[in-house]
Amino acid sequence: MDGASTSQILQYLITGITIGSIYAMVAIGFNIIYNVTDIINFAQGEFVMLGGMSMVLFHVILGIPIIIAFLFTIILVTLVGLIVDRFAIRPIRQPSVLTLIIATIAVSILLKGIAMFAWGKDPLDLPAFSGRTPIQLFGAVIQPQYLWVIGLLVVTVLILTFFFEKTIIGKAMRACADNPDAASLVGINVKKMIMLSFSLSAGIGAIAGIVITPISLMEYDRGAMLAIKGFSAVILGGLGSFPGAIVGGLLIGIIESLGAGLISSGYKDAFALIVLLGVLFFKPSGLLGNIEISKIKRF
Amino acid sequence: MLKIQKLHIGIFAFFIISFPFVISRIPALGNYTNIMVFAGIYTIITIGLSLFIGYAGQISLGHAAFFGIGAYTSGILTARFGINPWMCLIIGIFIVSVIAFLVGAPSLKLKGHYLAMATLAFGIIVYIIFNQELEYTGGPDGMTGIPGLSLFALKLNSVEKYYFFVWGIVFAAFLFTINLIQSRTGRALRAIHASEAAASAMGINVPRFKLIVFIYSAILASLAGSLYAHYINFINPSSFDLFFAIKLLIMIALGGMHSIWGAIVGAVLITFLNYEWLHFFKEFEVIIYGAILLLVTIFLPDGLVGIPGIIKKFVKRKL
Amino acid sequence: MMKKVSKKPIVKAIVVISVILLCGIFMFSCTSKKVDEKAEVYKVGAVFSVTGRASFLGDPEKKTAELIVEKINADGGINGHKLELIVYDTEGDATKCNLAVKKLINQDKVSAVIGPSISGNSMAVVPVAEETETPLVSCAASYKIVFNEETGKPYKWVFKTPQSDSMAVEAIYTNLKKNGITKIAIMSVTSGFGASGRGELLKYASEYGLTILADEQYGPKDTDITVQLTKIKGKAPEAIVNWSIGPTQVLVLRNRSDLGMNDIPFYQSHGFGSRKNIEQAAGTAEGVYCPLGACNIAELLPDSHPQKKVTMKYMEEYKAKYNEGLSSFGGHAWDALYIVAAALEAVGNDKAKIRDYIENIKGYVGQHGVFNFSPDDHNGLTKEAFNMVVVKDDDWALVE
Repeated sequence: MDGASTSQILQYLITGITIGSIYAMVAIGFNIIYNVTDIINFAQGEFVMLGGMSMVLFHVILGIPIIIAFLFTIILVTLVGLIVDRFAIRPIRQPSVLTLIIATIAVSILLKGIAMFAWGKDPLDLPAFSGRTPIQLFGAVIQPQYLWVIGLLVVTVLILTFFFEKTIIGKAMRACADNPDAASLVGINVKKMIMLSFSLSAGIGAIAGIVITPISLMEYDRGAMLAIKGFSAVILGGLGSFPGAIVGGLLIGIIESLGAGLISSGYKDAFALIVLLGVLFFKPSGLLGNIEISKIKRF
Repeated sequence: MLKIQKLHIGIFAFFIISFPFVISRIPALGNYTNIMVFAGIYTIITIGLSLFIGYAGQISLGHAAFFGIGAYTSGILTARFGINPWMCLIIGIFIVSVIAFLVGAPSLKLKGHYLAMATLAFGIIVYIIFNQELEYTGGPDGMTGIPGLSLFALKLNSVEKYYFFVWGIVFAAFLFTINLIQSRTGRALRAIHASEAAASAMGINVPRFKLIVFIYSAILASLAGSLYAHYINFINPSSFDLFFAIKLLIMIALGGMHSIWGAIVGAVLITFLNYEWLHFFKEFEVIIYGAILLLVTIFLPDGLVGIPGIIKKFVKRKL
Repeated sequence: MMKKVSKKPIVKAIVVISVILLCGIFMFSCTSKKVDEKAEVYKVGAVFSVTGRASFLGDPEKKTAELIVEKINADGGINGHKLELIVYDTEGDATKCNLAVKKLINQDKVSAVIGPSISGNSMAVVPVAEETETPLVSCAASYKIVFNEETGKPYKWVFKTPQSDSMAVEAIYTNLKKNGITKIAIMSVTSGFGASGRGELLKYASEYGLTILADEQYGPKDTDITVQLTKIKGKAPEAIVNWSIGPTQVLVLRNRSDLGMNDIPFYQSHGFGSRKNIEQAAGTAEGVYCPLGACNIAELLPDSHPQKKVTMKYMEEYKAKYNEGLSSFGGHAWDALYIVAAALEAVGNDKAKIRDYIENIKGYVGQHGVFNFSPDDHNGLTKEAFNMVVVKDDDWALVE
């Protein structure tokens, strides 16, 4: 291990938190769908990819102002989420967990293929929202776009909290999550809630995609990597738990970043997974997960 | 074994034996035997994995790693240390059983998606090691110089010879697994699939059975890995990555996960789709592949082995 | 219960397999009708990673190869023989590549094979070329493709057109030495391209009197490389050499600029050889060095340069047909296919003669250098095939 200065460690943390925020956003998307349907949607990463690519299309290629392009992108990807549910998930007649997983994998392959046709194979770039002049902080630097990433995560979490706690639809979705049969008995349209969950998590994926593209560029096949990181975050935090998703995402981002900075960058992806395995062996339901939730469903 | 089953196994054996002879008469299908060799290698994995997934109701995204460990053990020990290939194959199986035990013992306590994640993490870590340990594995570019196999004095140096060798092993693994399913172990597994709590109330040592099946399936994957390395004489990490782990799941789900036949059909079909038939669609390959997967999951919930049942039902209704 | 489990599926499986087979036969008969009719067509096989991880290589290679075939046939073919190119996509998958090459050789009966695009795939088919005695001209970089480490000699049937990574490394190191730099940091992506470059960077450092202070890696799909650069910054190297491909080589420049490290000289690998990268780096590529083959910088070459004419021609033709800037990787396919075509023209459709002809090619002016093959050298290039280039005003400029 190399000796690292405080400003270096600060830099590792800043980068880790930023990347972790993206993982957290992907993880929240996983959880929204999981809570209503028990499905892990492996196409979640493709929603993020589509978010970034559509934003490039609207803002850079078509020249639409950033705010409107932002809205267009979210609407477009939300629609994709809706279509995915309507034409890929709902028609499955005897859903077992493995069948549903394969269906979402099929969707992710399809979306990837379509994106390759629509946007080509080269990475695309999006201008940063507020320029690229870095901010100095105790010897570390912060790209303005980092603040956008973290800020949008906070805003997303606040809006979601309000939605699930205060609105009727949000409460209905939570009821579906707790017990779909009981929910449909009290007159909640479970099918609509599932559709809503897909749209909602597609929309959140799109936000993640839009905000990360100025940092990392975006190309058609980036979805899988983001999905794996998001899924790791979900499991680390505990399936179905929103605070867990945030904690899990941030932790994985920070571990990767510190692991790369302090130990070995070649093995950095392995560190987060080793920590994850360690946590699971001691606490099989993740850090903040409910042991009951982790028991349901066989394959 | 049941009479009807014997008949079917007989037909299966006949099909396997006659395949290369038929193919060799059709020049346009010249490389089908070659593809069948890979299909056979993948079938060895899916037979074990289907026992673990379909019968025991578990999930694993780590079998690509066992396949890889088998392949790399054979590759490294033969190419770098000149050890006899058969010895390496056995060493590979031994190493994989130990690793499967060490990974399985704590992981198999996990349920559902947590188990999926744990095995996925294991798979990715192994993949990273293959990439990073350049000195032994050759890194991402892979390693060459892996010799072919010979059976006593007979060199398995032609596609046809290797075909019969691989499918002979598939057949043996298949019969062994069928026997296992019909034994006490198989009944215990089905009980575990139905309800772990009930199974354990009936006095079934649930963790032990799960672990046995996990190790058994890992051994088959390792065996397949050794066969792969000696056939293609080259290995690199991307043949054992996450996408391959997912492909194995797709094979099992597509074929029909509640039947060992499904594992065979799925592996053969996906291999041919990926390595041959989808070429027909050129750049649209990916989209067609996704669409096929989706349509099968929607319309054939029992996988491809469910087709005859559907047809039968349809015919009955018409009559 | 037990009877139920194992009864019906068997019949189903057989029905299904037969259906699959029939489908296969049907499809096949659709695809390969045209093959048998004309006997005098010269067939060359190509395996490229047209889609998948390495599509940035395979895509321009396929386009280039198809462009050339069109051109040759429009000019009356090779000695009156029509040239047919059969391209298979490997998707960067070694197994697929192995199968494709076997199919090209055994079933399509090609005279020679060009490609694969990446080293990992090429090494997977070297045994096939050797065993079936078919000339293979790879478009991938690693020297291991043409060099049998056991015998210490080149593989008999395998050639390659791209410069080896070691040449790019030596070109960079020569430049570093000239500038009096002794302490460097290296960075690489964990893909085949990066790992191979990293190996050569580590191997040649001491020969050029260089100390490597930091050796950092990152994944091909990483979103941010600030951490690795921060670590390097702490070591205060005199120069940084980065070996990657795809979006990460742009990210690395942006992050370096964010961290205020622009005053440390930065060297990219030859993988940086596309103007698209300069564009995407959004100004942060200014002053970055990289070694490039002649075809990247055709306009910059002096008229006296031996490769000026061929590279300009290729650039114009490619642009006219595909309306996009060319990537240097397409040039490897250009070299490979024209070398095979030259052999076909000289000796006709005979694998052994084609091999012998290629082995004796001298002074062949290609996109990436002047090729001089010999029984001891199946690559035919030297490190002079690289020109050191620096990014200046968002374009390349030659370094004197």
